[in-house]
Amino acid sequence: MLEIWNDPTFQIGFWAVVKAGLILFIMLTLVSYLIYAERKICGHIQARTGPNRVGPLGLLQPAADVLKLFFKEEFIPAEANKVIFHLAPVLAVVPAIVVFAVIPWGPPPFLVADVNVGLLVFLAMSSIGVYAITLAGWSSNNKYALLGGLRSSAQMISYELAMGLSTIGVLLLAGSLSLVSIVEAQQKVWFVVFQPVAFVIFLITALAETNRAPFDLPEAEGELVAGFHTEYSSMKWALFFLGEYMNMLAICSIAVTLFLGGWLGPGPSYLGPLWFLAKLMVLIFVFIWIRWTYPRLRYDQLMNLGWKVLLPVSLANIVLTSIVIWWRTNG
Amino acid sequence: MTAPLFLVFGLLLILSALMTILHRNPITSALFLVLSFCSLAGIYLLLRAEFLAMVQIIVYAGAIMVLFLFVIMYLNLKHDVETGVQIAVRRGVGWLLAITVGALVVALFQRQWAPGPVVGLTDATGNTEAIGKLLYSRYLFPFELTSIILLAAMIGVIVIGKGRQGGTIE
Amino acid sequence: MSLPNDIPLAWALALSGLLFLIGVAGVLVRRNALIIFMAIELMLNAANLAFVAFARTLNSLDGQVFVFFVMTVAAAEVAVGLAIIVNLFRLRESVFVDEVNLLKE
Repeated sequence: MLEIWNDPTFQIGFWAVVKAGLILFIMLTLVSYLIYAERKICGHIQARTGPNRVGPLGLLQPAADVLKLFFKEEFIPAEANKVIFHLAPVLAVVPAIVVFAVIPWGPPPFLVADVNVGLLVFLAMSSIGVYAITLAGWSSNNKYALLGGLRSSAQMISYELAMGLSTIGVLLLAGSLSLVSIVEAQQKVWFVVFQPVAFVIFLITALAETNRAPFDLPEAEGELVAGFHTEYSSMKWALFFLGEYMNMLAICSIAVTLFLGGWLGPGPSYLGPLWFLAKLMVLIFVFIWIRWTYPRLRYDQLMNLGWKVLLPVSLANIVLTSIVIWWRTNG
Repeated sequence: MTAPLFLVFGLLLILSALMTILHRNPITSALFLVLSFCSLAGIYLLLRAEFLAMVQIIVYAGAIMVLFLFVIMYLNLKHDVETGVQIAVRRGVGWLLAITVGALVVALFQRQWAPGPVVGLTDATGNTEAIGKLLYSRYLFPFELTSIILLAAMIGVIVIGKGRQGGTIE
Repeated sequence: MSLPNDIPLAWALALSGLLFLIGVAGVLVRRNALIIFMAIELMLNAANLAFVAFARTLNSLDGQVFVFFVMTVAAAEVAVGLAIIVNLFRLRESVFVDEVNLLKE
């Protein structure tokens, strides 16, 4: 029994699993308080208080929400495809969680795995996230859900392109796809200073990828009933909700890693995770702020923005960055 | 450590490929194909082709199969129905396949494979950077050609998909 | 740290061959054009696996570059093929290859 403990591969695997479990636990707690934060901030933006009844300052609201969702009756539409109906919410959550395996919270002991194609793992998982919504919309056997699902997948695919292209500027500056190398290349200056346009494009496409306002046409309450999760109730809806917030956390973590210097900050290196969390919270606040400030984009405006504005601008950004880098190394 | 993982991924790949071609519902077939692509990506990771593994998921599982799913949903295909002739054909092909597989496995494992050059495990340059260097030096011409192929495919799809009203050129 | 090359070439090739044969069986047995297309994708992936396995054994990245090109061409081919199938469906209301026999006799 003790011999396997000395095997270095087993050691790496074991500690990776422990760290992954820890990060999962932290993320789940963060998500539940993110929901509370969103409702509080929304309230204050709308000149009211937000939840303040359940517990001191309303801090137990997420617990109340989860309990309510747990006890709700679960409807499954009669003609729905049972297997895919049950599979879709799971597909919504899992890719978002997988991204956390490659995000560095701090210098080397504070991350699960330093894959040398870390950035591509994130892009791959956002590609898989398209399936959840498409399958949810289709398997519900409901025309509002189908429309919402198809609209959302078209939106996600269109904005995925611009998102990938906007990260290439960072890739050119850092010279590596590994997220740890990208953060370490920002020791002197954060990349947001060198790539402001790419940062803005990344944030806009992140909003579109996570289906947050002003790009939340797929879940447009008031337009499509509830879009692709019309027929989902109780814990399955909770899984979609969880998936959306996890996705938001994952994309904001990637934005912090790529543009805002990851764990870098004044003080000793073991304070890295705290700086990371602080920057993450700032970005999440910006996301919530944008949601409750801007009106929703119409579908054709959305597609126009993705293909006719963001895509050419990110391509121009790549060309410009390459020219500047070549000129500085060879000029 | 990599051998049991390879067996797991390989088994998953074969099973999902079999389910792809055997299942009646096209959507389930497409989803099993996605699963087989993801397990293939896992095998690429074990064979130290990390860039390819991620590109496999992004391109095959994330784009091509979404296209398949859109077309299946658009055509609103139901379960396939099979006639007696088809079941007989399936059985015949199944036996043929089994014999061929047996012959293949016997041939592969009986032969003595030369061990090959000693693999120098120096990863000074990462996988992506090395592929990039090759792509832009030796394989530059095919690289530019693939961009033309993709452009031709895009234009072709738009012209074919538009139908009679706007697509024909007089 | 680098892991040793534990996967014998014979296993990877056997897997590739098996996958290819499953693809061939799919093309021969099924009547639905879309499933036939999926089986063709399986065959392409089997070839990709063989390329990557050899790239690993011979320690040369040319195999991986070839896989890159195969993936690109497969993507283009799927797009055009699906457009043709959609057009066929508009014409004949069916995707079964048995029923596309206008040019017969």
